[in-house]
Amino acid sequence: MIIVDKDTFKSEVLEAEGYILVDYFGDGCVPCEALMPDIEELSKKYDGKVKFCKLNTTKARRMAISQRVLGLPTITLYKNGEKVEEVIKDDATKENIDAMIAKHV
Amino acid sequence: MNNIYDVIIIGSGPAGLSAGLYAARARMKTLILERTKVGGQIVITHEVANYPGSVEDATGPSLIARMERQVESFGAERKKDNIKEADFSGKIKILKGEKEEYQAKSVIIATGATPRRIGCPGENELIGKGVSYCATCDADFFQDLEVFVVGGGDSAIEEALYLTKFARKVTIVHRRDELRAAKSIQEKAFNNPKVEIMWNSVITEIKGDGMVESAVFKNTVTGETKEYFAEEEDGTFGVFVFVGYLPINDLIKGKVNMNESGYIITNDKMETNVEGVFAAGDIREKPLRQVVTATADGAIAAVQCEKYVEANFD
Repeated sequence: MIIVDKDTFKSEVLEAEGYILVDYFGDGCVPCEALMPDIEELSKKYDGKVKFCKLNTTKARRMAISQRVLGLPTITLYKNGEKVEEVIKDDATKENIDAMIAKHV
Repeated sequence: MNNIYDVIIIGSGPAGLSAGLYAARARMKTLILERTKVGGQIVITHEVANYPGSVEDATGPSLIARMERQVESFGAERKKDNIKEADFSGKIKILKGEKEEYQAKSVIIATGATPRRIGCPGENELIGKGVSYCATCDADFFQDLEVFVVGGGDSAIEEALYLTKFARKVTIVHRRDELRAAKSIQEKAFNNPKVEIMWNSVITEIKGDGMVESAVFKNTVTGETKEYFAEEEDGTFGVFVFVGYLPINDLIKGKVNMNESGYIITNDKMETNVEGVFAAGDIREKPLRQVVTATADGAIAAVQCEKYVEANFD
C-alpha cells in the first residue's frame, strides 16, 4: 500500500490514471486501525488492478475536508482522479469494500 | 473437525476479554472470536474515569490493551471472524463463521451493543459527513469549528468535554431540562467556557449537500422549531450523537430468550435459557452497562462454564 500525504495526494490520486482506492484514517481512530489489515489483504487481492493508498488525515486535515471526508474511516474508490464510490464508518467492512471494488473493476 | 473448544467467547470487548482471562486461567481450551475491533465500544472513548483503578493514562484503548496482554499471557486463543450462524441445539455448540466453523462445549455471548442513532431524516446520509458517533475518530475535523453533541448521559457529556479540545464551541442538545450524567461531569461541563447547553431540545432533521450544512431543532416543551445554519466561513458543523445503545443480537435472535428490547435474559450466573450458553456484558438485560459490570459478567460466565463443562463432559 502506498502512503500518501498532503503533498503527494494530488499526483498519486487526483492526477493518476486508473482505479485508486484511498483509505482515509487518523491518529487515535481505533476502528481505522482495526480495518487496516483487511485493506492490506484486499490490496494483495486487487494487485495490478487497483492502486491502494492510505492517507493519515490527522496530518492532512484540509486535504481530507477538500475531498469531503469528515468522518473516519472512509474508504473511497477513485477512477482517473474522480470519486466513483465510497464506504464510510460501520459500512466500511472488508466485505463491503471488496464488493464495491468488484462492482467497478 | 476434532478441534472442540471448552468454551468459545463471541466478542472481545471487556466482557469477552474478562471471560477469556478467567477461562484460560482455569486451563479451559478457550477461543475468543472478534468480528471487527478488539475492545468493543470502550475503545472509541478517550477518557475512562470511572473504571476502578483508572488513575493514570486512563483511556479506552489503553485499558483494553492491558486486558489483551493479560488474556494472551494466560494462553487464550483469539481469532478474527464474523459468526453468521449459531447452532445451540446439540450438546456441542456449532458456530459458523465467514472464515471457519467452530465447535465448543459451551458458549459465552458477549457481542455487546452499538450506538443508537437519533433516527431523524438526513442523519444516515450524512454519517461521516458531519454526523458522527465517535468523537475520538472525528474530533480533528472540527478543529476551530462548531459542534453539537446530542445526549444527556455520561457519554454525551464526557465526549462533549473531549471535543472542547478541538472545537471552538460545543453545544449540548438534550431533550429534557436536566442531564442524566454523573454530577461531577455535569459540573465540568457547566464550568467550561466553550460549552453551551440547549435544554428541552431535539434535532429533527440534518441537512446538507454532501456535508452537514444545517440542522432543525425542536423545543420539546413549546414545539417551536428553528433551523440552524453553519457559519459562512465555517461551511459546516459537527453533530456528535450519544443517545444510548442497541444490543447486537442478530446472531442469537430466536436462539436464546431476549427481552422486548432485544437484550438477553440471564440469571445471576449468566445462564441463558439454553444449556451451555451464557451471556456477558452489554448484551444482557441488566440495570447498569459499564466496563466494570461487563468484566464482572465475563468472570462469572467463565467460572460457570467451567462448572458446566466439568459436570457434563468427561
